[in-house]
Amino acid sequence: MISSFFFYLFAAVTCLSGLMVVTSRNPVHSVLFLILAFFNAAGLFILLQAEFLAMLLVVVYVGAVAVLFLFVVMMLDINFVELREGFQKYRTLGIVIGIILLAELFTTFFQLAGDSGALPETTGVHNTAQLGRVLYTEYVYLFQLAGLILLVAMIGAIALTLRSRPGVKRQSISDQNSRRREDTVRLAKVRSGEGAEAKEGSH
Amino acid sequence: MDAYLGDYLPIAIFMAIAISLSLAFILSAFVVGSQKPDIEKLTAYECGFDAFDDSRKPFDVRFYLVAILFIIFDLEIAFLFPWAVALGDIGLFGFWSMMVFLGILTIGFIYEWKKGALEWE
Repeated sequence: MISSFFFYLFAAVTCLSGLMVVTSRNPVHSVLFLILAFFNAAGLFILLQAEFLAMLLVVVYVGAVAVLFLFVVMMLDINFVELREGFQKYRTLGIVIGIILLAELFTTFFQLAGDSGALPETTGVHNTAQLGRVLYTEYVYLFQLAGLILLVAMIGAIALTLRSRPGVKRQSISDQNSRRREDTVRLAKVRSGEGAEAKEGSH
Repeated sequence: MDAYLGDYLPIAIFMAIAISLSLAFILSAFVVGSQKPDIEKLTAYECGFDAFDDSRKPFDVRFYLVAILFIIFDLEIAFLFPWAVALGDIGLFGFWSMMVFLGILTIGFIYEWKKGALEWE
């Protein structure tokens, strides 16, 4: 009774905020509604007794992904008028993709409609421990694959975005330590009226 | 099921109080406060002169790099939680599979450290 009340509450807010994500004029508002949708989806996961996924949704999606989205939307040089110009051009493609997604939803719905909809019994072991028992032993290859994907993502992000800017002054400790007195200091006898000659390569 | 949901009752009460309190503040500001809007009041306040151009400017890509690297290590932490909970059940094999996982990510960490991706300039 209470759980179905919360289910309809979370589901309604998720759907409404999802609608607001695509319809609001300001992209910053879109991202904020996306965060609201994430929170309510986390609530739905809690109702399904999938606590770990719920917390993961909050930690990873709200804490990191949505912040990155906000970064992009708030700071990037986006002209909103120009952004809207392509709307008509891509309308057919968008409608086709929308129909495909809707068909997928319906097939899943009718496949599940035959089931009783009952969740598997949890037998007193909570969700996080159940995941942990199989993830690192039974699915060890997939787990290591996830690690490799993260490694590729890390290296890819660095390779794509890292630019070393010339002319930036920063400390190089090995250069400082390998500097010797003979290379840098020169005693010059300066005769009056002539000045010292600059050594090759020094400033 | 009910005992499980009962654990979340304090959070539900907390959320209800937070939502009703913030709604009360916003609505009472509408109800109690006197509102006499005119055109000058409703325009955006700019100190001195009108804005020259948009506030959205392209900015240093390093901000993104830091955010992306944060997401990756965030996910690494997410894998550690079920491992820590189930460590008693999965034995030595589970322990070493996590060590290999951490080793792979440490390679990436050393790479980004040596590349100077974490340095600001």
